[in-house]
Amino acid sequence: MSAAHAFLQRLGERADDEPTWVAARRQAGAARFEALGFPTKRDEAWKYTDVRRIAEGEFTLADDAELDEARFAALGMPLDAHRLVFVDGVFSADLSDLTDLPDGVSVEPLTTAMRTNHEAIGGAIGRLAGVDFSPFTALNVALSEEGAVVRIGQGVVVEKPIYVVFASRANESARMSHPRVLVMAGARSQSTVIEHYAGEAGAANFTNVVSEVMLERGAIVDHYKLQEASSEDLHVASIHVEQGRDSRFTSFNLNLGGALVRTDLVTDLNAQGAETNYNGLFFVQGRQHVDNHTLVNHNAPNTFSNENYKGILNDRARGVFNGKVIVKRDSQQIEAYQNNANLLLSDRAEIDTKPELEIYADDVKCSHGATTGQLDEEAVFALRTRGIDEQMARGLLTLAFAGEVMDQVRLPVITERVERAVAGKLPERFNLADLVEVSDALEEA
Amino acid sequence: MLEVKDLHVTVEGSEILKGLNLTVNPGEVHALMGPNGAGKSTLSAVIAGKDGYEVTSGEILFEGKNLLEMEIEERALAGILLGFQYPVEIPGVKNIYLLKAALNAQRVARGEEEIPAPEFMKLVREQLSFMKMDGSFLQRAVNEGFSGGEKKRNEILQMLVLQPKLAMLDEIDSGLDIDAMKVVAEGINSLRNADRAILMVTHYQRLLEHIVPDRVHVLVDGRIVKSGDKELANELEARGYEWVLEESAA
Ligand SMILES: Nc1ncnc2c1ncn2[C@@H]1O[C@H](COP(=O)(O)OP(=O)(O)O)[C@@H](O)[C@H]1O
Ligand SMILES: [Mg+2]
Repeated sequence: MSAAHAFLQRLGERADDEPTWVAARRQAGAARFEALGFPTKRDEAWKYTDVRRIAEGEFTLADDAELDEARFAALGMPLDAHRLVFVDGVFSADLSDLTDLPDGVSVEPLTTAMRTNHEAIGGAIGRLAGVDFSPFTALNVALSEEGAVVRIGQGVVVEKPIYVVFASRANESARMSHPRVLVMAGARSQSTVIEHYAGEAGAANFTNVVSEVMLERGAIVDHYKLQEASSEDLHVASIHVEQGRDSRFTSFNLNLGGALVRTDLVTDLNAQGAETNYNGLFFVQGRQHVDNHTLVNHNAPNTFSNENYKGILNDRARGVFNGKVIVKRDSQQIEAYQNNANLLLSDRAEIDTKPELEIYADDVKCSHGATTGQLDEEAVFALRTRGIDEQMARGLLTLAFAGEVMDQVRLPVITERVERAVAGKLPERFNLADLVEVSDALEEA
Repeated sequence: MLEVKDLHVTVEGSEILKGLNLTVNPGEVHALMGPNGAGKSTLSAVIAGKDGYEVTSGEILFEGKNLLEMEIEERALAGILLGFQYPVEIPGVKNIYLLKAALNAQRVARGEEEIPAPEFMKLVREQLSFMKMDGSFLQRAVNEGFSGGEKKRNEILQMLVLQPKLAMLDEIDSGLDIDAMKVVAEGINSLRNADRAILMVTHYQRLLEHIVPDRVHVLVDGRIVKSGDKELANELEARGYEWVLEESAA
């Protein structure tokens, strides 16, 4: 019996009050998953990431979303936002806040969206990420029940961010969830969508999420994935983006937590003028393992991609970066830039980085680079001679390393969250708001 | 204020300082001169607490406290500031962040509140214009892409903001043109008072025309072989170091 088969068997029989077409889709997902099996190190895309901890795990699906306000407050960010909350994959109406959605915007749990609008949603979901992308997307199709559906009408500018929280509880026995996220951004709309994965200390659950983001002509989407799973949580995600003419997608893939984390990010630039920006930061310590696989498909001429991933690795942590750019044969006048820089804070930390460019057109501006280094000890010394203590000096220099990526973040709450995680006590002494004030005073003077 | 007693220092197995003695009192300006490789930068590195220098014997006291037992940042907070011969570039850390973090570290160490932003800005802008530096320097990363002269001015700017008790300036005059030298010298002179001391490493008499030292020492091969007043600097300028070496060998 294969590991994949055994994994599904452990779930036992499931209630089948679902419409037949949903059940059929599940069966297709399960069949594909069993056929593919869990990936092994022999699969090129999984060469450095061992998923046995997932394959051998005993996970069950949660059936409640109980999480009191205090526990939630410890996980979520204080954001003025349209908020949708899932607890171990189960929708929590109590913790969500969708009271003042602007006209032309809908933010719903998947089950609701399916009930009210199942043709549009059923047709869109799985269009970018079906059962063939990876064993995990197949598994997601087999087991997904809930998720977030965001639809933004033509020309609508959504002022507040749309904030989707996936909370992972410290449960008595390990849970798993296979959520979906679907974002449909209408022509010329503008929005910010945050996927926030937050784990309680002691949580040891498995999250396997698939996100699809569709940008129509001229749409602008800022997409944040802030991953703060617990140090025992297992997390697999794939994000699939499709871009129409003159659209602009900006991804922030910020990885701070998790025992084993794998994220795939794939964008199809399908029409002229489409632009995608990938900003990535991973900060791992202890024995954390984070693997980012990114792909940009330049399927049309005059498209633009810019990628900058920074990795900070401490202790015995392990990082993987694989960034691929494919320029199709008739896709002329392309610009594609990619950079991955890594900072090793310990000599037992390890990074495997691989940029891959496949270019089949000739009028193309491309660059890529990967570097790995340590903190500059001369700079640590110089800062300490100014009275800055060693921990703060190292924190400051580590943040400076992350700066290029973090300077792009447009939500101060997220900046602060990341800075605190990366540099510890720095923000208290080094109040950001205060410095903004200083800069403003400087401008005026 | 600073007492260096029979200091022996080894770097990578070879002895660089070989029994160095030096006393600097509050209010004094000392000039440390001597040929390349004599150990001048080694002395300032050891006082600042840099790694890789092994003190095999002797001691350094600062205001009576054993300096060699203090962490690098503790020495800074006690009031010692090293102006680097080669200031390091720190990409991604803005000058203004450094100044504020450093000043607040001092204030917190003294049990004071952190400095309010407007007060900080006022202070920094005053010192900036004194050093004839543009406001844009504050938003630039520390020393990144600065010319040699700009780096040295930036060291003095930090000194003026931090107001150390003992400033050690290692070849602050190298790489400066005449005008920049004047600005830097004015900056250093503005710090002089009865409670502070300055130790300057220099090769040239030129700087000492602007900042008149109380004492001049000649460091040769890890030892101070001759000390005197400002006249000694003139003599060294005219006659070189050879005669000092011969005199000390005799
Ligand atoms: N980090 C180091 N590693 C090896 N040798 C060093 C180091 N620092 C200084 N030295 C050696 O110590 C001697 C004194 O150097 P230094 O103190 O820089 O002299 P000065 O500043 O008087 O020109 C030189 O011979 C130099 O090569
Ligand atoms: Mg020197």
